[in-house]
Amino acid sequence: MAILIHPQTKLLVQGITGSFGARHAQLSLAYGTQLVAGVTPGKGGQLFEGQVPIFDTVAEAARQTGATASAIFVPPPFAADAILEAVDAGLDLVVCITEGIPVNDMIKVKRAMQGSRTRLVGPNCPGLVTPGDGPNSHGGCRIGIAPGYIHKKGHVGVVSRSGTLTYEAVWQLTCRGVGQSTCVGIGGDPVNGTSHLDVIQLFMADPDTHGIIMIGEIGGSAEEEAAEWIARYGTKPVAGFIAGATAPPGRRMGHAGAIVSGGKGTAQAKIDAFRKAGIGVAATPSEMADTLLRMM
Amino acid sequence: MNIHEYQAKQLLARHGVAVPAGEPCKTVDEARSVAERLLAAGHSTLVIKSQIHAGGRGKGTFKHGFHGGVKLARSLAEAVDIAGNMLGKTLVTKQTGPDGRVVQTLLVAAAETIVREFYLAVLLDRATSRPLIMASTEGGMDIEEVAARTPEKIVREHVDPAVGLMPYQARKVASALGLKGDLFNQACKLVAAVYKAWWECDASLVEINPLCIVEGPGGKQAIVAVDAKVGLDDNALFRHPDIAAMRDLGEESPLEVEASRHALNYIKLEGNIACLVNGAGLAMGTMDIIKHYGGDPANFLDVCGGASKDQVSAAFRIILSDPSVKGILVNIFGGIMDCNVIATGIVEAVRETGLSIPLVVRLEGNNVQAGKKTLADSGLTITSGDSMADAAQKIVRAVRAA
Repeated sequence: MAILIHPQTKLLVQGITGSFGARHAQLSLAYGTQLVAGVTPGKGGQLFEGQVPIFDTVAEAARQTGATASAIFVPPPFAADAILEAVDAGLDLVVCITEGIPVNDMIKVKRAMQGSRTRLVGPNCPGLVTPGDGPNSHGGCRIGIAPGYIHKKGHVGVVSRSGTLTYEAVWQLTCRGVGQSTCVGIGGDPVNGTSHLDVIQLFMADPDTHGIIMIGEIGGSAEEEAAEWIARYGTKPVAGFIAGATAPPGRRMGHAGAIVSGGKGTAQAKIDAFRKAGIGVAATPSEMADTLLRMM
Repeated sequence: MNIHEYQAKQLLARHGVAVPAGEPCKTVDEARSVAERLLAAGHSTLVIKSQIHAGGRGKGTFKHGFHGGVKLARSLAEAVDIAGNMLGKTLVTKQTGPDGRVVQTLLVAAAETIVREFYLAVLLDRATSRPLIMASTEGGMDIEEVAARTPEKIVREHVDPAVGLMPYQARKVASALGLKGDLFNQACKLVAAVYKAWWECDASLVEINPLCIVEGPGGKQAIVAVDAKVGLDDNALFRHPDIAAMRDLGEESPLEVEASRHALNYIKLEGNIACLVNGAGLAMGTMDIIKHYGGDPANFLDVCGGASKDQVSAAFRIILSDPSVKGILVNIFGGIMDCNVIATGIVEAVRETGLSIPLVVRLEGNNVQAGKKTLADSGLTITSGDSMADAAQKIVRAVRAA
């Protein structure tokens, strides 16, 4: 089962001819992902890697190839437009990898997406992976920039704002012989499409997911909201880690959203919320997998 | 990005927000001529405000003993004397830390006769992904304190970005502040102007504290932004070259400025164990784990996605320019990157800098065996960590032993 994406999910990449987009489109192809189309305005009719057709518009790409998901790799000034183009084309899932989109652009995008059927993941995120059956999890669906080979097909769901901390958790699981259902990076920006809570609800409803690792960081209150819901409705073991306990207040720690402001969004408040909700708290990022496995 | 109060007021004034008459000055002579003009225009009292990116200026003390980074002056001579005691001097406030900040610019302005103080701010509400206007009758106070003690005294108005701030919302805010008649109308206009400034400048925060009813010479009352703080969204600076030009590198740590030149995300902290990490989340997690094992992180350093050879060597130079650093922990999860390329970069950086303090490297990911071999074969004293926990414990022990 898994959530949001499956090995059969047909993917298109917006910005497939840029160096970043092209590199990761190649890696997705090599992972065995059903990458069926690329979109670069003005390059319609060409082929990517001699096999993937490129279209001028998302609507045309979706119509001709049946793609239902998109990965966005376009530069920040054009990303809001790219997201809304994918929404307009009626895709199920839009994953925006782009880092550095102005907050006001995302405020407008979220407002414009109200009532639409499309789910946005990101921006400023590593994307999603549903591991496949093959060696090194080959044959799965990889949308974004995560290394595919660190995964293993299985039953733990991982959700995180941070890319490298996600890889860390996934690798800890895989090294212990424990596979993952789906791994979702929701991104480090203050305004994003999918929250921790959204993903937690999907994992709880997915019969293939038996346990969850939730990785959070300072800033905002999304982790607290997810923890509150888990306390009430959670049916599966959840372990977590909150990054940034040592971060100075008022400073933006790399991610635009990772900032403690006005005493809000502290690591301690989030850790307290996790504990109260019965979420296993890893004392260090080295213990994320072990903390969950002790609960399962 | 943060800007100075005088720059914030310039941006607000440009969008139609009333601010006290005044000008920035970089020399005592400039301060003298601005003060002369303001006094000639009929302002009997002036205020001289040190321009630094830190709060608590009024209660701060200069290193040479002069008290107060914000002072009133009732004559030209007094204004000049105060300016001379501030310009080029180091101001220490509760927010600057013991090193303080050198005051390079003053704002010399008319001191208004304040009748009442309010609080007004526009910011992003992350929970709803919408702009939020916050206002309170408790002006001039720390808003977090007001929120904690008397939350009912803060009014909140969310703005639908599809239509922007509607006039009725500004009226709601003005009414909640208890204003009537002409002041009510002035406040409506001001709230609309502040929101417009927030949106059009791509600000992350506009905070006016205090927003004041002031009394002019003839007893006429007006609403004026007496103090202002504006933070800008770094991601949007590309479309505001005029605002980007307001960046004051003198207010930033020189190491942080140097790091940003190499696309490194570096924030200096107080500890002695430096870290070099790829990814913001992992970088925070690395600081946390150092602390967990009893050490103290000297910095946050995210080499972002790249970690090229040049970036790694720039990162080492920056880390080592901090004299308090007694050890380095490198933590790289090279998912896509080739760990051997990173290892080669580390070895070269160590040779280049003639590193003499303990270095622990934890490499994981793509081509990790080759990377570890490169480190081992280098002949350099580089300790390898098997996991984050192992690496953190090793560097904490090594720094303690040194």
